[in-house]
Amino acid sequence: MSHPGATAPPTPHVPHGSHHEEELGFWRKYVFSVDHKVIGIQYAITGMLFLLFGFSLMMLMRWQLAYPGSALPLLGSMLGEVRMPGGIMQPDFYNELGAMHGTIMVFLGVVPLAVGGFGNFVVPLQIGAPDMAFPRLNMASYWFFFLGGVTMLASFFVPGGAAQGGWTSYPPLAILLGTGQTWWLIGMIFLITSSLLGAINFITTTIQLRAKGLTYFRFPFFVWAQFVTAFLLLLAFPPLEAAAVLQLMDRLAGTSFFLPTGLVVSGQVLTNAGGGNPILWQHLFWFLAHPEVYVLILPGMGIVAEIVANNTRKPLWGYRPMVYSLLFLGFMSFIVWAHHMFMTGMGTGMAAFFQTTTMIISIPSVVILTALIMSLWGGSIRFTTPMLFALGFLPMFGIGGLTGLPLGFNISDIPLHDTYYVIGHFHYVVAPGTIFALFAGVYYWYPKATGRLMNETLGRIHFFGSFVCMNVIFMPMFFIGLAGVSRRLFDGGASYAFAQPVLHLNVVSSWGAWILALFQIPFIFNFFWSAWKGAKAGDNPWDATTIEWAAPSPPPHGNFLKAPEAYRGPYEYSVPGAAKDFTPQYEA
Amino acid sequence: MMEIPYTVAVRRDTGLTNGKIGIWLFLASEVMLFGALFASYILIRAGAPSWPRGDSILNVPLATFNTIVLISSSITMVMAWASLMRGRFGTFRIYMGGTILLGFVFLVVKYFEYSHKFHDGLFPSSNNFLAIYFTLTGLHMLHVLGGMAVNAYFWGPGAKLWKTNPVWFTNRVENSGLFWHFVDLVWIFLFPTLYLL
Repeated sequence: MSHPGATAPPTPHVPHGSHHEEELGFWRKYVFSVDHKVIGIQYAITGMLFLLFGFSLMMLMRWQLAYPGSALPLLGSMLGEVRMPGGIMQPDFYNELGAMHGTIMVFLGVVPLAVGGFGNFVVPLQIGAPDMAFPRLNMASYWFFFLGGVTMLASFFVPGGAAQGGWTSYPPLAILLGTGQTWWLIGMIFLITSSLLGAINFITTTIQLRAKGLTYFRFPFFVWAQFVTAFLLLLAFPPLEAAAVLQLMDRLAGTSFFLPTGLVVSGQVLTNAGGGNPILWQHLFWFLAHPEVYVLILPGMGIVAEIVANNTRKPLWGYRPMVYSLLFLGFMSFIVWAHHMFMTGMGTGMAAFFQTTTMIISIPSVVILTALIMSLWGGSIRFTTPMLFALGFLPMFGIGGLTGLPLGFNISDIPLHDTYYVIGHFHYVVAPGTIFALFAGVYYWYPKATGRLMNETLGRIHFFGSFVCMNVIFMPMFFIGLAGVSRRLFDGGASYAFAQPVLHLNVVSSWGAWILALFQIPFIFNFFWSAWKGAKAGDNPWDATTIEWAAPSPPPHGNFLKAPEAYRGPYEYSVPGAAKDFTPQYEA
Repeated sequence: MMEIPYTVAVRRDTGLTNGKIGIWLFLASEVMLFGALFASYILIRAGAPSWPRGDSILNVPLATFNTIVLISSSITMVMAWASLMRGRFGTFRIYMGGTILLGFVFLVVKYFEYSHKFHDGLFPSSNNFLAIYFTLTGLHMLHVLGGMAVNAYFWGPGAKLWKTNPVWFTNRVENSGLFWHFVDLVWIFLFPTLYLL
């Protein structure tokens, strides 16, 4: 073979460390950095700010749901005469909040924190790499994400406000809405580009930059989770990009991809050419958005697996079946999307197919969750803050998953579709599920990023307060939903007679949300205070086994002082006969 | 700047450089992008009561000419890379220049096709056939432009790398070529789908 690449001598896998580094200026070091750790922290902090912002939007909505039509004290009058005249929320504003809460939480909060933040920071360290395979691409992916975020935020200030068609942006409604929707689509194209660049980088890094001796089945489970997630992002996002382009064409060039013939809006037949298909959007959207559900949950599962193994001081129970389940889950997630569409009249044959695949995909999820619970058995558990959040994740994700089963069946989905039951279900998966896992990850890897531990007492207050509030918020939604209340109602069902018996639950849920906000204050304080005043951590504060703990805390540019090597599997805890209860992967 | 391993040399156990994996992953995502668009085309056409034959609206001879232009540009692209493999930088410049020029010819022809349609009052909003036509060829044109920009970079300022690291430069041109062939391949699907069926 005459390929020049093949004949060149292989570069020895030695990270060229920080010692011959010239000092970078502030902008190159902290803002336009190409270092995966800085980019990871940028992603994480931006993601957390968006989570807080998205949460604030929801707290406003909860006021309207608990006390429909009453003036919001203090804050209400500050939001302007158009949106909240006299502090009373207008329906358009409510829709704006709803659409943007979903969009921001999913695309600007959880995914950037879980994949951009933890993936960037932890994966190269856990595989013993000096950085990502394409550092400049990595920087570009953060800045595309940032641009997407700015576009979404700016859309609140355009005439007519931000998008109001829900995070799913179903046509024809979304096409007929104001300018905010165009901004939403453009913002999404930025975010998709960012994810795409990130996914390419993650997969290449994981395949190419593994340390010597780190075979695939010596990967920590977190690396596997991010690896599979990256494939989902790579292959599921482009169809949404295609859909966004088509919807943009419908909005800007007057095409009719999603507009059927003879559509009547406010008593007038639209003059569009017609012939389009609104269901086409739903197919393209859910082709992304179902894998996206696994993008939301898999990194969380990865984090929990790391923390469970570390704090039970024993190997994960069933590591290999967990990895196989993960791969199967990743594959199956591409063929379940239309279970979101049982109500579209797509036909019983299609519905039967998709409900079958949906039931099948629940099996690997249950395998992973069961393995994590079984891992607790017989362990000498350390109840550290990360472990508390990880332990909180297990039953919460369990509730979220199990309540999804009735939605996966065509027949039981019909009465439950678009009710508060659905909201309860997926929030259990994402809020006390994924977000708890992400908190666990923040507490767990914080000492690696800053060299200092976060305060445990504040961590406990944060955990127990959040755990109770999360259930106070979301448990009532199952009952509201089973009573048949639609999730889209601006007054939370107050104008319907059948909803009267469950209306008081809206108040309970709302107070849960507002008190949850108070319990985030210890976390925010802890996050900043510990960076300067926290206890010094050392390289391996948790007595962990995986490779990231071989690097100094915080790791320098280039990560490791000496190229690490993997000698064994990732979770060699309590090995009989060993001198200590953990045998790191990186020690010969 | 810290050095990332396997940017130039291949990793022994995978047999690949980072760039090679990266470009193939990117192409995989591109397949999904155009795949979704072709699927949308099929769905909309299958649901339409009537659908015009492409050649009744579009200019088949011009598109045939453009197909030949793009295929030729793929050949010159390979020759550009092969020249580098043989260490002939001068011939690389000629072939790479040819590739860019052929891309430009493609765009000019497309410009005339488009403006002719607009002149006849045929717009994306006229009907779904034209909507599909303009969206798919428009997106393809953006890809042609992107490929031309990258090729122009390697023809011009990026060629400095040849002096310091010829192996890396050759690999990068190869990766850029893979993208160019993909763009060519998309057109080979677009041409019969839109113009002939």
